[in-house]
Amino acid sequence: MRLLVNKIFLALSIFSALIGLAFLGWILATLFLKGLSSFHFSLFLNDLVDGGLRNLIVGQMILAGIASLIGIPLGMTAGIYIQEYGQGKYASLIRDLSDIMMSAPSIVIGAFVYALMVVPMGGTSGWAGAVALAIMMIPVVINTTDSMLSLVPRELREAGIALGASKYKVIIDIVIKAAKVGIMTGILLAFARIIGETAPLLFTSETSNYFSLNLNDSFPSLTVSIYDLANEPEESSRDLAWAASFILTVMVLIINLTGRFITRNKK
Amino acid sequence: MSVMNIKKFSFTYPGVDHPSLKSITLPIEKNKITALIGPSGCGKSTLLRSMNRIHDLYPGNKYDGKIELLNEETGKFENILEIKKENEFIKLRQKVGMIFQKPTPFPMSIFDNVAYGLRIAGIKNKTELKDRVETALKGSALWKEVHDRLDKSAMGLSGGQQQRLCIARAVAVKPEVLLFDEPTSALDPISTGAIEELIVELKNDVSIAIVTHNMQQASRISDYTAFMYLGDLIEYDKTENIFLNPKEKQTEDYITGRFG
Amino acid sequence: MEKIFQKLSLASATLVFVLLIGIFLTLYSAAKPAINEFGLGFITNPDWNKEVVVETPQDTANSAEAMNAADDDTITDEDDVMIADEDDEILDEDEMLLDDEDDTATKTIYGGLVPIVGTLLTTLIALAFALPIAMGIAVFLAEIAPKNISYVVGIAIELLAAIPSIIFGMWGLYYFAPIISDLFGGYQVSLLTAGLVLGVMILPFMAAITRDSMNTTPAVLKESAYALGATKFEVIKDIIFPYSKVGIIGSIILALGRALGETMAVAFLIGSVFVLPHKITDPTISIPVAMANNFGEASGLGESALFYLALILFVISFAVISLAKFYFLKKAK
Repeated sequence: MRLLVNKIFLALSIFSALIGLAFLGWILATLFLKGLSSFHFSLFLNDLVDGGLRNLIVGQMILAGIASLIGIPLGMTAGIYIQEYGQGKYASLIRDLSDIMMSAPSIVIGAFVYALMVVPMGGTSGWAGAVALAIMMIPVVINTTDSMLSLVPRELREAGIALGASKYKVIIDIVIKAAKVGIMTGILLAFARIIGETAPLLFTSETSNYFSLNLNDSFPSLTVSIYDLANEPEESSRDLAWAASFILTVMVLIINLTGRFITRNKK
Repeated sequence: MSVMNIKKFSFTYPGVDHPSLKSITLPIEKNKITALIGPSGCGKSTLLRSMNRIHDLYPGNKYDGKIELLNEETGKFENILEIKKENEFIKLRQKVGMIFQKPTPFPMSIFDNVAYGLRIAGIKNKTELKDRVETALKGSALWKEVHDRLDKSAMGLSGGQQQRLCIARAVAVKPEVLLFDEPTSALDPISTGAIEELIVELKNDVSIAIVTHNMQQASRISDYTAFMYLGDLIEYDKTENIFLNPKEKQTEDYITGRFG
Repeated sequence: MEKIFQKLSLASATLVFVLLIGIFLTLYSAAKPAINEFGLGFITNPDWNKEVVVETPQDTANSAEAMNAADDDTITDEDDVMIADEDDEILDEDEMLLDDEDDTATKTIYGGLVPIVGTLLTTLIALAFALPIAMGIAVFLAEIAPKNISYVVGIAIELLAAIPSIIFGMWGLYYFAPIISDLFGGYQVSLLTAGLVLGVMILPFMAAITRDSMNTTPAVLKESAYALGATKFEVIKDIIFPYSKVGIIGSIILALGRALGETMAVAFLIGSVFVLPHKITDPTISIPVAMANNFGEASGLGESALFYLALILFVISFAVISLAKFYFLKKAK
């Protein structure tokens, strides 16, 4: 009887794994089929106004790029503080608050930046969108920096101090170097996450049909446009949305896999 | 002639109400090897780590008494427990180096590892760096094995080699005192033998304090031995006296293996 | 240099603190007009963007006077403001013509009950759906699969987590929703569809954290149980699960937090109508979707009401995650 229960349980477990894989396969298959069928290289050459996706892809990368320029240094230094300098209560508090912010609803962040930047500035802007993405990125980078640094053995730090190095030198020359791979992976994964975000951009940078490098106005976004296109009645818009979804997913998966590849190689 | 004098030194870890070291008085003799032995928890590592004040990485410690280090230039003894400023800590650690139980190679090349202490001391001249790295590696009996791959990562070395690298790294800055915290307990017997030989040779240039739970090691290589138990210094004497003719019963019991 | 670095890192860390407070304060002040207007009744009021008639005492008095006045007399009130013109048409304070039936003003009220309920229900459905499957996957990855398979499947599950939420929305709408409505009847875009797709989204997250928790169980513990002749199921049930209980519950609460705030997938699938669902297959709306759909056009009180919703959502998420952290902390001791 016990063996039967055991067998059933194991079967259920394997079944669950298959369900999980099935969903992944289903979604990817859908993306590939629908996306590929609407895909043609001119999508990379034309902007949305001409039925292409160029401005959206470039725009999304620029937004994510600026967000990273803001978010990575802030996140890393804060993570360093928590792990290396912080003592006791305050560091723990910041760590907890960062975890809370990591799960904060992305649309709420969008609303916050809307009130903070869009209203005073009198309109949507690429800057606001990038800031919203940065706010989402910071807690993730903090978390990954903190975790990776905590894995570095205590003795390594002590050995540096024992040679007469000052604390920040030990952190930069030795500790961060030792945690380098893990931190890089974490940052890449964070980047992959924000490049796929839609909600924070909806009312901060919106999107644009035209190619633009002007961050002071509505800025083209692949994700926001997918949302708009999918809501349009025309079949052609929906097809374009699928092609865009396909490209977005490929981008995100490549960045994600690159991150994992780096970790695996360095082991 | 001593290079360090520990006088009535007491130490309490943060958040603990009883001291881990109770009024220890002990000299570290110049160009000699002093071994600290005793059962687990006796405080020998705590004492060793006080000699380069590495405890101060973790705030909240309380201490009493004095630890005096000879200033080679003035010939006077200075109490290192009074050090508060960052740059004085740095100077202290350049004079009193430490090797840990687990080999701790930095994530950089072999050359950069050995040169690290020199670089942070401000030495930039490439020739000088090369010379001092070579001297240090030769002095650690590692040169022959690594001289042709100095730019390779230190992580690729074996455990015994890594520990010798750490010794070379510490020796390169020409300290006055070297502290060894159970340096061979993580190594195989052959590497252990090599490192013991190395330590004996090093005493010509530096004064050495070594913590070990291996009594045979202490009797093999040290000139003086201090036996500690539960935070007290039970007996300190020349090594042959401790092992052949201990004065205290507790010492004798430990040496003969009745406890610990 | 050391000091500078130290101060810099402290500043960055403090930024987190400042941000969190900033978000709360900004949301609160933007929501204040709505809070003042509707108070806590906002949470239980199901009417969103509804025009209601409002009788003011002044209007009532005016109409009474005008009714009693003779024809062709211009009626004025105490301040000599004309309240009825020559033709006995009744005027309100702004001198707008009111017709006979409509002798009162209207205002728009907003109530957040529907999106709040929608948010909570979709999350509940998502959890109910995802939990057993996630546990099953975690068990598979941690205890059943051989190392290579576990590695590959693990990566696959984590890739599922990496897929942007808008993709789930697209796929859900065109491929998943029709199947659900075939199976269960009712609308394609509904509470159920949204909840299920949300479940698929939080699935990998829960599975990964649970798997990691399970992997922290010391091998010696498991071996002792096996050595006594326990089956795998029994070892999982009696040794591993209790040991990793804290991590598992934590993962559930964190997934809950994620699900509460999810916007894009739900936006495609929930129907976006401010109507309380009677059946699980009815369309409705959630807070993030209400915000996503209406923020662009909203202004004044309507916009403030959306911020009120945002504030409520923020507070709920904060509470849920804090609970998770507190629980972790307490149990870890």
